[in-house]
Amino acid sequence: MLRLPTFTYLQPTSIDEALKMKQDAGPDGMYVAGGTDLYPNMKRRHQEPKTVISLSGLDDLHHVTINPAEGTAIGAGTTLSEIETHGALAQRYPVVTQATKLIATPLLRNMGTIGGNLCLDTRCNYYNQSYEWRKSIDFCMKKDGEICWVAPSSPRCWAVSSTDLAPVMVALDAQFTLIGTNGERQVPAGRFYNDDGIEYLTKRPEEILADVRLPAANGWDATYWKLRRRGSFDFPVLGVAAWVEWDGDTVRDARVVLGGVASFPKLIAAASEAIVGTDLNDDAIASAAQAAFKPAKPMDNTDFGLAWRKEMTRNYVKGALEELRNRHRKA
Amino acid sequence: MASGNGDALRVIGRPHRKVDAVDKVTGQTKFADDLYLPQMLYCKILRSPHPHARITSIDTSTAKELPGVKGVLVGRDIPIAFGILPVSQDEHALAPDKVRFIGDPVAAVAAISEEIATETLDRIHVEYEQLDAIASIEQALANPEPRIHDYGDSGNLHKLVSLEFGDVEEGFEQAYLVREDLFFYGGSTHLPMEQHAALASYSADHKLTLWSSTQTPHYVQRALAKVLEMPASRIRVIACPNGGGFGGKSDPFSHEIVVAKFAMMTGRPVKITLTREEVFYCHRGRHPTLMWAKTGVTKDGHITAMHFRTALDGGGYGSYGVASTYYTGALQTVTYQVDRYKFQGMRAFTNKPPCGPKRGHGTPQPRFALEVQMDKLAEQLGMDPADMRLRHLVPENSLTANYLRVGSIGLGACIEKVVDGSQWRDRFRKLPEGRGVGLACSSYLSGAGLPIYWNNMPHSGVQLKCDRGGGITVFCGSTDIGQGSDSILAYIVAEVLGVDPFEIRIVTADTDLTPVDLGSYASRVTLMSGNAALQAAERARDMIAPEVAQKLDVPRDRLVFADSRVFDSEDPERGMTFAEAVQAAEGALGTIGTVGSYTPPKSPGRYRGAGVGPSPAYSYSAAVAEVEVDIDSGIVRVLKIWIGHDIGRCINPTTVMGQVEGSIYMGLGEALMEDMEYRENFHVVHKIPSMLEYKSPTTLDMCEVETYLISDPDPNGPFGAKEAGQGPLLPVAPAVANAVYDAVGVRIDEVPIMPEKVRKALKQKASGKEARYGPTSFPDIPWPEPIHVPTPWEGGDGKALQHEETTTGPPPERQH
Ligand SMILES: Cc1cc2nc3c(=O)[nH]c(=O)nc-3n(C[C@H](O)[C@H](O)[C@H](O)COP(=O)(O)OP(=O)(O)OC[C@H]3O[C@@H](n4cnc5c(N)ncnc54)[C@H](O)[C@@H]3O)c2cc1C
Ligand code: SF4
Repeated sequence: MLRLPTFTYLQPTSIDEALKMKQDAGPDGMYVAGGTDLYPNMKRRHQEPKTVISLSGLDDLHHVTINPAEGTAIGAGTTLSEIETHGALAQRYPVVTQATKLIATPLLRNMGTIGGNLCLDTRCNYYNQSYEWRKSIDFCMKKDGEICWVAPSSPRCWAVSSTDLAPVMVALDAQFTLIGTNGERQVPAGRFYNDDGIEYLTKRPEEILADVRLPAANGWDATYWKLRRRGSFDFPVLGVAAWVEWDGDTVRDARVVLGGVASFPKLIAAASEAIVGTDLNDDAIASAAQAAFKPAKPMDNTDFGLAWRKEMTRNYVKGALEELRNRHRKA
Repeated sequence: MASGNGDALRVIGRPHRKVDAVDKVTGQTKFADDLYLPQMLYCKILRSPHPHARITSIDTSTAKELPGVKGVLVGRDIPIAFGILPVSQDEHALAPDKVRFIGDPVAAVAAISEEIATETLDRIHVEYEQLDAIASIEQALANPEPRIHDYGDSGNLHKLVSLEFGDVEEGFEQAYLVREDLFFYGGSTHLPMEQHAALASYSADHKLTLWSSTQTPHYVQRALAKVLEMPASRIRVIACPNGGGFGGKSDPFSHEIVVAKFAMMTGRPVKITLTREEVFYCHRGRHPTLMWAKTGVTKDGHITAMHFRTALDGGGYGSYGVASTYYTGALQTVTYQVDRYKFQGMRAFTNKPPCGPKRGHGTPQPRFALEVQMDKLAEQLGMDPADMRLRHLVPENSLTANYLRVGSIGLGACIEKVVDGSQWRDRFRKLPEGRGVGLACSSYLSGAGLPIYWNNMPHSGVQLKCDRGGGITVFCGSTDIGQGSDSILAYIVAEVLGVDPFEIRIVTADTDLTPVDLGSYASRVTLMSGNAALQAAERARDMIAPEVAQKLDVPRDRLVFADSRVFDSEDPERGMTFAEAVQAAEGALGTIGTVGSYTPPKSPGRYRGAGVGPSPAYSYSAAVAEVEVDIDSGIVRVLKIWIGHDIGRCINPTTVMGQVEGSIYMGLGEALMEDMEYRENFHVVHKIPSMLEYKSPTTLDMCEVETYLISDPDPNGPFGAKEAGQGPLLPVAPAVANAVYDAVGVRIDEVPIMPEKVRKALKQKASGKEARYGPTSFPDIPWPEPIHVPTPWEGGDGKALQHEETTTGPPPERQH
């Protein structure tokens, strides 16, 4: 069997204590929440913390606070199962419920947290492999090696952002609260991610994602479309989060964000522009879909072939926007 | 037909739980990895990081010195070769001089903990000299050098087969329509839930015991005896309950030999549990197979001739591959009459994990080709494909062109059931764009007619002990891999001796305690061990009955064994308990024990290669699949499958249903997504050997299934039973492919039917090109001159024409 290596497990009871532990552990320390991402990675030895600091005992990270006027805060330690079954959330933010239900499996959602999901390590099928496998082809630059096997002449890593909630959060323009040794700060979801497979987060390593703040639920609508091999469970090979703000029958503002096609959730400004000011007619949707199709640049490091995945961007953006239009017309 | 006890069957044919069900659902079952012995050591295997290389040196000195390490083994420590087939003894427990795929075992460590063993692997230093790797069938043909093995028919071609029954060219001339088609069936693996594990212990008096998750304890015992140079009488192999096998645990494996060797070296028990990745490297799964089929038919669809070519990508070792190669050509003839038949098959060695027997062993690939081609032929002839098949079924009790004896055949009833159930006649070619139905049929063996190594002994044996307390114990070498073979023994004995099946003790798969059964493969167990159990039980009944008759003063033929009693059928009050009956017999005869054994009937084929294909009975299936195809993405969703399966007779309808539906499930995986993918241009490494990324459907992805069980008792089966575990897988992929064509008018002549492929074919169709995705050429293969065998209707006697028998080589192959 593939076993976990030996490591030190620490269980702080406050955020301050957690920060202190991380400071003491240095680069060899990592936080863990549900562990559904970190532990499998440790088994395969592509993440190798010597000290693992659990955030699961921290009550401050575990809450859903709904404020109808100002918005909603979801503690990073809230499990995906709690989110998916949260009635008030489902009423106000059905897109969050919908995307959460598409993550992993019920058992993994019982353990997995929203914080862990938003900090999910990027994925690549040259990287999510056992130590022996990686050794047999020689290691890549994301772990232990020099080269990128997906794009050998590339100076960077192209591992894929594979979280389902990140594109949704970027589309909703959620704000993330980070707590570090220097105190607390807020960053918009769109600025939390880096276009780099290795340094995929902009946060400092010791910073803890404390909560996610969603804007007040009025005047906008959003949806999330996920492409994956099996309907039962699978990481996204493409995620489309689409958000529109209506002004009567006209789109006042919009964001179309792609997941699973780059190292970060990719906001497609041209797609948004193509629909702002329209009534989301077929032509507008088609040009938004084309705008999303062009820059989508899947690499050969996930399930399915890249040409088909790229082609599906068009279909999925179209499908997502049509859903939003049809819902608006019905309402 | 073998009969039971009295007219009405009390156990057979009724739904029962499995005898091990309570243990399984309460977590009591001890799989190999659950075993733990005091002082046990843990073993880990170092595997090759190169697809093809010569080992120039191995340095184990630092590894041996690490604290906690109790032993290190390399190839030269276990130099004797082994392999499942006598004709391909080409494996070593640890590679002595050469590695043949990424994952090939090279060295092993035994240590006091799994962690130490794992860490030690990094301290074994192996130097390799890399050789060019052969990644595909085409590369194997183009590059006879470097040879992967120094045996085989030529270069990197492991096996070449050429057989001709009657003159096919003459048959094509008589045809109204002749089609040639190319197909490809992708490789897939078994994916059992349980990863292989083995535990060995060696006693102070030099006896070896191995517990293993194996489907074939008898063959493992033989391999151990050979490699360890020990008499088999001192080797005990116990097959633990398997957490799924599907053919992936049918070979003797490196890790089994290694732990045995370590146990002998250290005097301590040694265990290994493979990682999921290692299970992918053990493989022995479906051979990726390229096929060319040329079939000629008359105006009403009668097959005048068929010429079938297959090229199999075998991977790095022989395994069952020679048999697999023959199987890709064996069963084409047992469903629809084929007047003349020619088969040419080739298996190539490539630098990948070895392929072998996966559920359906060598037959799903040609069945896919044949059934899709039938669909195309029917369309060209303007016939309904169901009618075309129904019109030309092989008659019962007949011989095929290649000398397979077909006994019962319930295929017609299967077709009629699924045609009715699916409302085929109202829906075929009549559904809206994007929806479609497709039909396909299949057949499979109920056990192979010949054993893997040549011998004239029974294929299955049973010993039965009746206790004076009324207890019955059945001893049989058969191995329960989840299919329910232990239960079959209980039901059959319970039927004959009139007791509750759950009161019977079943002792199986232990070479010390149980008589030989060849193993759980080829769908042989119900038929063969079932017949052996039936014989043993009838003999016990025949020992007991006369004594009871005498005691009760009732004529023997009026006695009934039922309800744990033996009584007078005309006066049921007059009787005794089964325990009293045994006591009566034991008093008169001494200890009550019987044996039963089963040997399949001799098959009429006498040509070289005739050993593959014969079976005591063939099962038949027909399936209709209904699909929905999304034109924009090419994604295929299977909505429902109707399947009819000719089971001969159900011993237990519930477990038969389980096998049928499980087969469909596995078939759907192969049809739609499963793929042993390698980065061919890149080190021939398995693309991603993990349970998450090797895509296989989950229970949630399973479609609705309507199962019809057709009873047409076969004289060779126990109570008429035939197989259920493999045959129903076969029609799934071609039924889906035919349904995709019905839905959107494109032919996908290749599995898995991935959205990308459907999308490509749809684009081709839209641009006026051939509406098809699939292989476009079949390579030139240096076929040997075929062995010519006259068909039975040409007056043949099963032998090849004399002058053909001049070929040199090993003796006639008798692999199953
Ligand atoms: C089989 C399988 C299928 C999966 N399928 C999907 C899928 O379809 N979609 C998907 O999005 N995910 C999927 N996942 C990934 C994972 O289960 C989820 O993303 C989950 O939400 C991760 O949360 P966690 O709490 O378990 O993360 P953990 O493993 O605990 O942590 C993940 C990372 O986040 C960091 N982290 C966690 N919490 C914080 C915090 N509060 N502040 C700072 N850093 C933090 C950790 O240090 C670690 O680097 C799958 C996982 C598996 C094993
Ligand atoms: S994208 Fe390249 S560098 Fe990054 S994980 Fe994959 S192979 Fe490694």
